[in-house]
Amino acid sequence: MNLLTVSGSPHVYTEESVSKIMYGVVLSLIPAALVSFYFFGLAAILVTLTAVVSCMFFEFIIQKYLIKGPITIFDGSAIITGVLLAFIVPASLPLWMVVIGSLVSIGMAKMTFGGLGKNIFNPALVGRVFLMISFPVEMNMYPKPTAFSTQLTDIVTGPTPLAVMKEGVAQGEKVSDIIPEIPEYVNLLMGNMGGSVGEISAIAILLGGIYMLIKKYITWEIPTAYLGSVFVLAGALWLIDPEYYVDPLFHMVTGGLMLGAIYMATDMVTSPMSRWGMIVYGIGCGFLTLVIRIFGAYPEGVAFAILIMNAFVPLINRGFKPKRFGEEVKNG
Amino acid sequence: MNEITLISVISLGSLGTIAAIILYMVAQKFKVIEDPRIDIVADKLPGANCGGCGYAGCRALAEEIVRKESLDGMKCPPGGNEVISDIAAVLGLEAKEEDPTIAVLRCSGSRENAPPKVKYEGDITCAFSHSLFAGEGGCPNGCLGYGDCVVSCDFDAMYMEEETGLPIIKDNCVSCGACVKACPRNIVEIRKRGKKDRRIFVSCINIEKGGVARKNCKVACIGCGKCVKECKFDAIIFENNLAYIDFNKCTLCRKCPPVCPTGAIHELNFPPRKPRPETRTEPAEA
Amino acid sequence: MKTFKLGGVHPPENKLSQNAAIKVLPVPETVTIPISQHLGVPAKPVVAKGDKVKAGQLIAKGEAFISANVHSSVSGTVQKIDEVTETSGYRKKAIIIKVEGDEWEEGIDLSTDLIKSITLSPQEIVNRVNEKGIVGMGGATFPSHVKLMVPQGKKAEFLIINGVECEPYLTSDHRLMLEKTEEMLVGIQIQMKALGVDKAIIGIENNKPDAIEHVGEFLSDYPGITVEPLKVKYPQGGEKQLIKALLNREVPSGKLPIEVGCVVHNVGTSLAVYEAVQKNKPLLERVVTVTGLNVKEPSNFMVRIGTPVANLIEAAGGLPENTGKIVNGGPMMGKALNDINAPVTKGTSGILLFPEKEAHRRPVHNCIRCGRCANICPMGLEPYLLAVLAANKKFEDCEYEKIMDCIECGSCLYICPSGRPLLDQIRIGKNETGKLIRARHK
Repeated sequence: MNLLTVSGSPHVYTEESVSKIMYGVVLSLIPAALVSFYFFGLAAILVTLTAVVSCMFFEFIIQKYLIKGPITIFDGSAIITGVLLAFIVPASLPLWMVVIGSLVSIGMAKMTFGGLGKNIFNPALVGRVFLMISFPVEMNMYPKPTAFSTQLTDIVTGPTPLAVMKEGVAQGEKVSDIIPEIPEYVNLLMGNMGGSVGEISAIAILLGGIYMLIKKYITWEIPTAYLGSVFVLAGALWLIDPEYYVDPLFHMVTGGLMLGAIYMATDMVTSPMSRWGMIVYGIGCGFLTLVIRIFGAYPEGVAFAILIMNAFVPLINRGFKPKRFGEEVKNG
Repeated sequence: MNEITLISVISLGSLGTIAAIILYMVAQKFKVIEDPRIDIVADKLPGANCGGCGYAGCRALAEEIVRKESLDGMKCPPGGNEVISDIAAVLGLEAKEEDPTIAVLRCSGSRENAPPKVKYEGDITCAFSHSLFAGEGGCPNGCLGYGDCVVSCDFDAMYMEEETGLPIIKDNCVSCGACVKACPRNIVEIRKRGKKDRRIFVSCINIEKGGVARKNCKVACIGCGKCVKECKFDAIIFENNLAYIDFNKCTLCRKCPPVCPTGAIHELNFPPRKPRPETRTEPAEA
Repeated sequence: MKTFKLGGVHPPENKLSQNAAIKVLPVPETVTIPISQHLGVPAKPVVAKGDKVKAGQLIAKGEAFISANVHSSVSGTVQKIDEVTETSGYRKKAIIIKVEGDEWEEGIDLSTDLIKSITLSPQEIVNRVNEKGIVGMGGATFPSHVKLMVPQGKKAEFLIINGVECEPYLTSDHRLMLEKTEEMLVGIQIQMKALGVDKAIIGIENNKPDAIEHVGEFLSDYPGITVEPLKVKYPQGGEKQLIKALLNREVPSGKLPIEVGCVVHNVGTSLAVYEAVQKNKPLLERVVTVTGLNVKEPSNFMVRIGTPVANLIEAAGGLPENTGKIVNGGPMMGKALNDINAPVTKGTSGILLFPEKEAHRRPVHNCIRCGRCANICPMGLEPYLLAVLAANKKFEDCEYEKIMDCIECGSCLYICPSGRPLLDQIRIGKNETGKLIRARHK
């Protein structure tokens, strides 16, 4: 007879596990992936696959030969990092650069801190920022969307709507003059625009976000606070001078904002724990994103904004505690 | 160009001077006059900050020694008598020789001797499993084997033996006492190191009745009292069904280990017994 | 539907035995009655080896204020007073009685007639409850007479009766509400009289619609008592959560329910109070649920205190072959048994048998800082933080983060996707922080 087990209470446990959550998130990324495969074709598939495989490979190498600990490449976290990294680089990026980005993501941003759950910064974003600084030319050439493209070389590239807008405004053009140069809002919403692999379709990302909300992989606080603060701030600026500042809807549907707000900022590991902490963090992300987009040197600010706010997370966790039971008593 | 150089030299220079003056004034104002002997004494101490002396760290001990100007009751387990006499020489004080000590594990309830009756899962610490249940082996006083003591050791003097599930205390133990505090069951004891590292002790602290103790563990002290009768020096104290050897009185005569029916009395670092008193080499079965 | 606001989880209910009527378990051959079955000071034995005792006779006296009398649950001879292995494997003092016949102490009314009129005065009720060794039957086993005495300067407004049974699997309170309804209601009235309150609320989770309906039918005869259906959520049976759910009042941190004018008692306790006051019967038996996914006949038994757990399992169809864990109490707060021969005590609400497959903790991963534990903590604490602080022996910080407010409901360990032993570490933290606080007050 086998021995009875003794352990402290409780004796029943949830069905949920780390890898189930991770694979659930991967599942929720499928609509966005499909849209990008449609618009960017084979190139997008290749970039995504390369990123996923190399992320898992580097995690394996580091765990096996450097840490000499248990190997956890199938818990799904490396896969998510890979997919997200691929989603925030242009589809035309040379594959060797994708591999370097993966190495930075996994090696520098994740494993150096002790692996899953211990990193301070979102690994995929660190990889992207590294690539952006190291290879600014390649990272700023975005392929033009063409349905079912199988082309891998000599892809027609162009700037993103955000870059068009920034360039135009910087040269003193009026917003109303620039608007015709960029696709219509319906196209922007569906994803028919230049941009990174997975960030183009706001609709597909929202769909994934709703799935994650239902499954409770994310909570509503961060996306709402992030998107809401961008909307309100951009709206305020727009009301001040609609010819100099573009309308808030444009900010919502272009660039990596949707992907950032729903997948990057909500990353469990690098976001605050308490409700008010999450809201403050979301607002901080939104504010910084807009500041970088409008006043900064780069046309897009999501990556930097989230990374900067990541650094504040420990402080936010200290400052914003959940409401304790029986702390302030209002009885009646 | 010259003008710019001049301006920057002047401005930076004056800035530096002002800062230096402020720093000097602050340093004067907050100057702490400290007995220089504290530094000297602290230099002599090993700097391990183990807390074995009972103070917060080496410097705290140094401060205390200098303040009290005496070495009464002051000890440095890692440094030993050498360090204390060094300090005594520097300060011109009297130093008392203390016998060197070492930590001793008073339990032999290995997996073989006290086979597990249940399986424990959860937080792998002695502290929690002690509060939860009696232990896998069933002995409420025995070693739980989750190594809180090993974690607490700053001197790499302990490790867990995989086979037995008991911690092993190595000879480089400085008897700082961290493991004694870490053990929730008080199994580790600081004892006299003994001549040539020779020690005799009862390797059990179970206070249950003999039969009950024996049921859980083959090598438990069953409280038969045979060793007490054997001891000619009154070194064995017997209470609560448990024998305890007072290391200040024990003369290491080696009479008691052979009479223990369960082999609970351990002798360490002795030469192998000569098969002289034939009746005593084989412990009687109880 | 009402429930408490902050946190909470919903583990699978698995109320397998909810339709099994309470069966009386035969008296065993020997009973082992521990002298400490309650919170507080252990009782002192008043019988000696060889004494003849009758069922209902006082065998150990609780002498301190927070203590409880212990009565013999059978008639027979005291075999020995010795240390026996308790559920935890530690050895505690107990009185072992060899059963001979079933003779009852005089003055105990064994009839099943319902006695409605309450003749005793409040003080007499408290004395009787004290004398008969009644303790909280929900599992915490806090002596009931202490709770029935309102401290000076405080006023009780509500008596809250806990019929929530929020623990999965357990059904003893549920069956009791169905089968001993009127006894329980009279018990509630007695407690209302002792406390001097005119309002009592029975909180029942709405996964027991039959109990809500059945109790409701009798309410017209018992003025002042109301039944409140509650949304199913664990740990609604915690007294602070129950008060919040029913009255929307929050017991301040570190205070007792009386602070907000409430006293909380369990339905099982109400029945025991009825029997003690109206029938003069001490607490010597209780309803115990024996259940588990592989148990042949999940049942509810009326069991004499001191019966070995093994007897109960036998009566429920025997120990299933692949049993990996036996739990005394509910799956969320119960204790795993070390020894199948440990006795049933006043606080044993259920015996759960887990198959080997479900007996084990999950593999432990790194904390992924998902914040679920903080989200579901019914006390609004941050279990992930408390666990880390406790594991690193930062007990002052634990105190600052209100570790002492933890009610050890186990929701954090239940929900953690990384399978981390959060509650284990928090318990150590609570222990050590408690020591720290007590040392400071000395």
